[in-house]
Amino acid sequence: MTPRIAADEAREIQPASTPQERIRNFCIIAHIDHGKSTLADRMLQLTGVVDERAMRAQYLDRMDIERERGITVKSQAVRMPWQVDGTDYALNMIDTPGHVDFTYEVSRSLAACEGAILLVDAAQGIEAQTLANLYLAMEHDLTIVPVLNKIDLPGAEPEKYAAEIGQLVGIDPAEVLRVSGKTGEGVPELLDHVVRTLPEPEGTVDAPCRAMIFDSVYDTYRGVVTYVRVVDGRLGSRERIAMMSTGAQHDLLEIGVISPEPMPTKGLGPGEVGYLITGVKDVRQSKVGDTVTTARKGAPEPLAGYADPKPMVFSGLFPIDGSDYPVLRDALDKLKLNDAALNYEPETSTALGFGFRVGFLGLLHLEIIRERLEREFDLDLISTAPSVVYDVTMEDGTEVEVLNPSDFPAGKVREIREPITRATILAPSEYIGAIMELCQSKRGNLQGMDYLSEDRVELRYTLPLAEIVFDFFDQLKSRTKGYASLDYDVDGDQAADLVKVDMLLQGEAVDAFSAVVHRDKAYHYGVEMAGKLKNLIPRQQFEVPIQAAIGSRIIARENIRAIRKDVLSKCYGGDISRKRKLLEKQKEGKKRMKNIGSVEVPQEAFIAALSSDGGDAGKDGGKKK
Amino acid sequence: MAEAAPLAPTALDDAAAAGGRPDPHGLSVYIHVPFCAVRCGYCDFNTYTATELGGGGSQREYPANAMREMDLVLADDRAAGVEYERVDTVFFGGGTPTLLPAEDLVAMLSHLRSLIPLAEDAEVTAEANPDSVSRESLARLAEGGITRVSFGMQSAVRSVLATLDRTHDPERVPQVVAWAREAGLEVSLDLIYGTPGETLADVETSVRAALACGVDHLSAYSLIIEGNTAMARQLRRGELAEPDGDDMADKYELIDDLATAAGLSWYEVSNFARTPAHRSRHNLAYWRGADWWGIGPGAHRHRRGMRAWNVKHPSRYAGMLDQGTLPVAESETLDDGTRALERILLELRIADGLPITAVPEETRDQIGVHVRRGHLDPAAAQDGRLVLTRSGRLLADAVIRDLVP
Repeated sequence: MTPRIAADEAREIQPASTPQERIRNFCIIAHIDHGKSTLADRMLQLTGVVDERAMRAQYLDRMDIERERGITVKSQAVRMPWQVDGTDYALNMIDTPGHVDFTYEVSRSLAACEGAILLVDAAQGIEAQTLANLYLAMEHDLTIVPVLNKIDLPGAEPEKYAAEIGQLVGIDPAEVLRVSGKTGEGVPELLDHVVRTLPEPEGTVDAPCRAMIFDSVYDTYRGVVTYVRVVDGRLGSRERIAMMSTGAQHDLLEIGVISPEPMPTKGLGPGEVGYLITGVKDVRQSKVGDTVTTARKGAPEPLAGYADPKPMVFSGLFPIDGSDYPVLRDALDKLKLNDAALNYEPETSTALGFGFRVGFLGLLHLEIIRERLEREFDLDLISTAPSVVYDVTMEDGTEVEVLNPSDFPAGKVREIREPITRATILAPSEYIGAIMELCQSKRGNLQGMDYLSEDRVELRYTLPLAEIVFDFFDQLKSRTKGYASLDYDVDGDQAADLVKVDMLLQGEAVDAFSAVVHRDKAYHYGVEMAGKLKNLIPRQQFEVPIQAAIGSRIIARENIRAIRKDVLSKCYGGDISRKRKLLEKQKEGKKRMKNIGSVEVPQEAFIAALSSDGGDAGKDGGKKK
Repeated sequence: MAEAAPLAPTALDDAAAAGGRPDPHGLSVYIHVPFCAVRCGYCDFNTYTATELGGGGSQREYPANAMREMDLVLADDRAAGVEYERVDTVFFGGGTPTLLPAEDLVAMLSHLRSLIPLAEDAEVTAEANPDSVSRESLARLAEGGITRVSFGMQSAVRSVLATLDRTHDPERVPQVVAWAREAGLEVSLDLIYGTPGETLADVETSVRAALACGVDHLSAYSLIIEGNTAMARQLRRGELAEPDGDDMADKYELIDDLATAAGLSWYEVSNFARTPAHRSRHNLAYWRGADWWGIGPGAHRHRRGMRAWNVKHPSRYAGMLDQGTLPVAESETLDDGTRALERILLELRIADGLPITAVPEETRDQIGVHVRRGHLDPAAAQDGRLVLTRSGRLLADAVIRDLVP
């Protein structure tokens, strides 16, 4: 076996002139922590595109957050040479984002490939999200190469999970390859297998050019870098190109392939995968799913499957220090350059001051954006409980789209519709009861249940998205000792008996705590929130009633008694300075309080009240285990 | 230490005229005696139990050191262009001043008198522990010029005294009070309320016992558990119950009721006196922003908006005096804004109150708020003075926070 190809032997697979039969495009479908990045690293080494010295763990994950959390947010595409039976091939490995929030991006990555490596941890088995992406790949008619990873682990059970995968994909368990990304065992055979079993890309060589954008990334120095898969025709390096969804035209400044650093080429031919740089500064001008064609003699029809990303989950983001508002605004503007799905509008909260109402694809997306804002822009933020979009029809027929619970309309409501999801939960069968109980309490409807193996089960539910973004995932994990995995997909909406619960301090509603909940849970929410606020808000010089209300009807009530003693009796032997410094310190503390009417509420109370439920729901993103 | 330039005397005279301010020609003197027989669990004062501290810091050498400091402070005042006509009040605090022989206290007083004349009606107080005085020592103090003694009674309940690490027998308090009066001394009793485990009934017992001694002056301080004390550690270990603000308020109100019924009325948040003449003028000097010397380790002094405080350790204190330098650790000179703030902070706590004109424009709207909440006396406010009501006294720090800019 001579996997590495010397440069002079590689002439037949030069970018822009590689015949389609010498190209294989694939992606890797895997759950977080199942070892995708490690396997990719081994491939880069084996094919010689990265030498040992330059190798750093998880080479392809560029962002710190990705490396730390072990997840891939943005995809990349790497071209690697590989020789099988004396013939050189160009392999394009397209790295897909691994999370449900980025389903659309995953689907575009899949659409750029002819095959997918289904990578499963031999000690853990397949997880719900992987399953969802596998189904997606099968829908795209991709050739599936099932692989068990981490066979070097002492806890590996390759027989068991090979059987499980065999059943899912419909193959003999013996056909499931076994590798260790860590030791490299089985990886050359896997690459050989990819070459032999994946079909070559189809596409018409002399048709007008059509290339699909499957990713676009903002780079501080180069502007937007657009990743494309050429389907038909060719793109030359001096071409003027057009984006088919908008008709916008740009001059190509550079075209090339990644191997694994960007390498300019003369162009890209049919079936090839590479990047374009046009000098645009905003990823919105280079949208995932869009079709690129040439400005002259362009294609009449775009490729199928383009869709605009639609935010599903909304949350208010507020700087803890009000003077950081401009910093937050600039930071969002910068992140937007690289995230076509991110959108936001200024929001003013009486409780939290100036901030933004931000729309996200899902909870992980929310968590990642929040973390990047805090880390890369050094911001301290409060985020309000995530909420979904409600369509409210009033008695008089007017329709209102509610992105923020505090904007929920007053008056007679005829109907409220909320987004629902199709959710898939995979778990050991001993937890079926606990999962069903949880889903029941979250207004779920069981759609079906299948045994993947003797002791693993797949449950399919419809669940309101609002319930999922609240605290579903945390509860699912705690009730199944962390063994359950969840995938969900927004699928339509339903009418529901929902009400807005307001929290009132001294009769004044605190917008940050308003929530839209199911009528049956309104009382519970009100009592719990009132109790929480009672413990978090310090006693004032007067009595402060805390109420939970639906409209003008009070459903729960607590009372913060007036403080009676706030005086230090002694001045220590004339130590007035100490007394004054204490006063000055308290005065500073007073300035950091938010005033709700005449009630002084410490910032920490808001953070604590918001983080103990809603804020934590974002942990969904940390699906590492 | 950065010495302050003296303030123009005219500014002070104006201030004095405006609100019954202290006489700039009179001086108060605090003399800190940093020794105790035992350190109490709640105490974070600058005090030492070892009878021999090295480097000239011992109890025996203390009076000489204090007198040397008086000489230096006098010279410092003169250098700053400040000269006092007389000493109006002297206060020996601690620590336990009566741990020193009466002769030592008298000697320090005599030395002071040799530097600045003592006013005819000067108030000269010594703090005392009921354990550390005798009939004879009290008589000697009176003969030596002490006019007033303040006993650390703290409580009349044995279990409470035990929690406070106080060693005296509560039965002894009426005895020492009688001896002091026999010697011609004015007497005040100090109480501490809010000790962990103390009940409302315990407080009543203590206040009644104090009043039964027939004293004309009573101080009642709520126990403050400072972070660096043995009691704070007990609290952290869960061996003592956390003090509760509402319980403290109940106790304060009870004390106020009992004192009032016995003919004593408050003149400062923690102090009660039978008549204005029985008020501690030394105590009031602090709250009114008068000038005072602070003699002894860790003592604080104030001279026309300049505050300075001494090094804390007696040995270091002695060492600096040996070098002929003032044993000052740090000092600060207050700007006009800070002085205005301090005035609110201090004067609002006394029954004579604070003139409304001392409250800056920007926070004056808070006066109405606190009158409505029942924290400030409405009639006094009508007359242009801010005087705390009883509930206001309990929330004095909160009211002050609202009134300062």
